[in-house]
Amino acid sequence: MVNRKIVGAHYGLKDWLAQRITGVVMVMFTLVMAIALLQGVGANYESWRGFMSSSPMRFVTFIFIISLCWHAWVGVRDIWMDYIQPAGIKLVLHVLTLLALIGYAGWAAQVIWRI
Amino acid sequence: MSEMTKRRPKYLNLFEIRLPIAGFASILHRVSGLGLFLMLPLLLWLLDASLRSADSYQSMQAAIAHPLAKLVLIGLLWAFLHHFCMGIRILLIDIHIGVAKAQARTSAIAVLVVSLLLTLILGAKLW
Repeated sequence: MVNRKIVGAHYGLKDWLAQRITGVVMVMFTLVMAIALLQGVGANYESWRGFMSSSPMRFVTFIFIISLCWHAWVGVRDIWMDYIQPAGIKLVLHVLTLLALIGYAGWAAQVIWRI
Repeated sequence: MSEMTKRRPKYLNLFEIRLPIAGFASILHRVSGLGLFLMLPLLLWLLDASLRSADSYQSMQAAIAHPLAKLVLIGLLWAFLHHFCMGIRILLIDIHIGVAKAQARTSAIAVLVVSLLLTLILGAKLW
């Protein structure tokens, strides 16, 4: 009798790919923001608000936020999986992480569309 | 039989691990990522306050002018920069650039140095 736990194959590939795609998205957004900030869009409220409330910026900022939350979910979940042994605590941490990220995404979306 | 009943999943004891420099940079990728995640509410609050109104923009500026706030933000700046540089290193290794041991070691040192230098330069500018 082969007495071992069965784990699924390939289930990590999707997360691996998601982590790369969301990472590239965030690198590009960071470069856009860095260039804009170097040009002084954050110098005063009017220019900062004007920059962030333009349609293209709302669009890419929202994509950035979704990428960030997805990326954080995969990364933080991996940390809990690696270091937290008791199944109950691990489950609680997973759920709290997921709920927090969903809440952050909603909050951030509201921030960019309210302005 | 003992081979077959190896315990899975395998957990890591952080205090027994001796890391080479690339491993050190790698664990800092985790530490910085977790730190950024834990501080997300603060960062979102700053974004919210900076865009809400001209008044809240001013009070946000006043709040982050406090030395303690500046220290926290510079810590977060390092976490972001390290995570950013390390992420690019990982993406490059994914497309088979710098996979060899010596190159991977050099790039790990480069990540540590570049992210610290950028933190110093930008941190000094923001202070």
